[in-house]
Amino acid sequence: MAIVKNDSVIEQDWITVDAEGDLPSSDENLIVPLARFKEERDTLLGRNGGLGVQLNPGDAPEDLADDLDRLSIITVNFPAYTDGRGYSYGRVLRERMGFKGELRAIGDVLRDQILYMHRCGFDSYDLKVDGETALTKVRAALKEMSVYYQPTGDGRATAQSLRERRRATLG
Amino acid sequence: MYRYDDFDRQLVQERTEQFREQVKRRLAGDITEEQFRPLRLMNGVYLQLHAYMLRVAIPYGTLRADQLRELGGIARKYDKGYGHFTTRQNIQYNWPKLDEIPDALLDLANVEMHAIQTSGNCIRNTTTDQYAGAAADEIEDPRPYCELIRQWSTFHPEFTYLPRKFKIAVTGSPNDRAAVKVHDIGLRMHQNDAGETGFEVIVGGGLGRTPFVGKTIRDFIGKNDLFSYLEAILRVYNRFGRRDNKYKARIKILVHEEGIEKIRDLVEEEWAQIKDGSLRVGDEEIAHYIAQFTPPAFEALSDDDADFEVHKAANRRFFNWVRSNVIAHKQPGYAIANVSLKPIGGIPGDATDTQMELVADLSEKYSFGDVRVTHEQNLVLPHVKKADLFALWTALDAAGLGTANLGYVTDIISCPGLDYCALATARSIPLSQRISERFGDLERQHDIGELKIKISGCINACGHHHVGHIGILGLDKRGKEFYQITLGGDASQDAAIGKIAGAGFSEAEVVDAIESLVTKYIDIRESGERFIDTYRRVGMDPFKEVLYGDR
Repeated sequence: MAIVKNDSVIEQDWITVDAEGDLPSSDENLIVPLARFKEERDTLLGRNGGLGVQLNPGDAPEDLADDLDRLSIITVNFPAYTDGRGYSYGRVLRERMGFKGELRAIGDVLRDQILYMHRCGFDSYDLKVDGETALTKVRAALKEMSVYYQPTGDGRATAQSLRERRRATLG
Repeated sequence: MYRYDDFDRQLVQERTEQFREQVKRRLAGDITEEQFRPLRLMNGVYLQLHAYMLRVAIPYGTLRADQLRELGGIARKYDKGYGHFTTRQNIQYNWPKLDEIPDALLDLANVEMHAIQTSGNCIRNTTTDQYAGAAADEIEDPRPYCELIRQWSTFHPEFTYLPRKFKIAVTGSPNDRAAVKVHDIGLRMHQNDAGETGFEVIVGGGLGRTPFVGKTIRDFIGKNDLFSYLEAILRVYNRFGRRDNKYKARIKILVHEEGIEKIRDLVEEEWAQIKDGSLRVGDEEIAHYIAQFTPPAFEALSDDDADFEVHKAANRRFFNWVRSNVIAHKQPGYAIANVSLKPIGGIPGDATDTQMELVADLSEKYSFGDVRVTHEQNLVLPHVKKADLFALWTALDAAGLGTANLGYVTDIISCPGLDYCALATARSIPLSQRISERFGDLERQHDIGELKIKISGCINACGHHHVGHIGILGLDKRGKEFYQITLGGDASQDAAIGKIAGAGFSEAEVVDAIESLVTKYIDIRESGERFIDTYRRVGMDPFKEVLYGDR
């Protein structure tokens, strides 16, 4: 297991608890599922450590609208790579709701999906391989293609915008 | 016709290289077949009963001569000398070797083609009217919008792992030849009260095991707003479409279960938030794409051609071909020529390497190098001078491509069925061949008139049987093939799902059953009625009676 962010392997310094699990001490950085966040919101926001929320397929990122600036990280679970709901959650969080914290893909995160995740606003990837392999995979995935047709919030220039720029230059 | 620029070219080349690496990893044993499966599917490579199958995209069914020639070359180089044109205006090769597929994809890339998104739970190849840019009844050429949809949908990062596959069809004519009402999204161009041209958006149509005619989600969307509206529909589907059951995962089920009103509310709510964003397409950009599809340099001709009339009068076979296969063009003196891939007793939609090369040559000589593929599995030369039709037909006929049966009872849609397909429950090709032979007599076919028979070899309905005037579904009953007949289906602007006539027929009985239906229609039809018109007038009972009597 290794997490890749900003072209490097980072430490796992977040504790994830499920719907039932005991909360760690108040100073620990904690990630809870959205349902639990909604139930225990005030308690969770009153802790000292960092707070993150995990979105599972079927969750509504819109439920976090009032609390986004209190969250350091949102993890989006892809229980199977074929379940693509998380791509929409990523774009809604980044492009519509303006989430600025870390957006991490967890679960069945494979090399061939990483570029799409990045285009949808994800900036960290939890891969089920060792650190060196994970870094190699992410680097390869992110540079495999260089032409993009769709405008998303990732800032990449689309083929269309480059064409327009070229036409303007040519007058 | 659209030509790739360096961006399009680079994208396809990078993809080709990427797949070559993936195949290399598979052949070296670095990845298992299971890990390889999603990668090959994203590149149109299926594993069928006997071999891999490669499905090549033909965006909106439009081919240039050099592209069709290359498709013929690929059939010879990597397959057994033929290819199969499909109901989605694509072509399939049934016998490629895995280690050679990257080379085939490179050959395709060299003529600006690919196999991207011809499989997988993503937005598939966009289909349209095969007569686009030529039809006399067209409001506007739909292809510029199809090309924009192609680009928007290619490697869409958000919509590559949808609940299920997603198919979009567009018609620019009120006479729908693209079956838009039985697609996940159907777009019908029309003018609103203000005189602007835009699209009616139809959603949730589809065939398969649960067929539906699509419902109108929006009467009119302007051209500038089309892409943000499509993105809104896809986002709603990606978020809320069912993923618990593969057979309930298409958008038609979401629309059916939630109701069109609720889906409309969700889409409108989503659209309101993105409609003024970066997907709004400006007039200048649209004009740029329209310019890519400017009509060819037609000559100013009189609509009548004396030699054409002389040939028609002198040659009965040519007359017959013109009668069924040649259609009115919007430009005086020109015509649309349909090339039937349904020779009597032949395999529907198959073409050999040399046939493809010949049609490519003929298109350069007679049709500005423009060829179309139809969802009914035929080819079209869309812009032929009437004065050239006789020479064209003579050349086609010599190559077995001059069959005069467009729209007739022998112009059958058929899926590959159990001869190739791993999902099939019955054979469909041999049955279509026997029906074709039974009705082979041309004058009889002409007398019967338009009658669309569509055959699927399993419940997935790739042969569109639900929308056949007569539909045939091949099933398996305790190890024996049997065939269920549906009546009254229609894929046109009057779209309807056919109704099951009754108990199925054995392989030995089914051709007789079809003939008895046709005979009944001939007996009871009123002047000018097609089979489907008579069925609509009299209903199922008279036909049921000839099939089952007192049974």
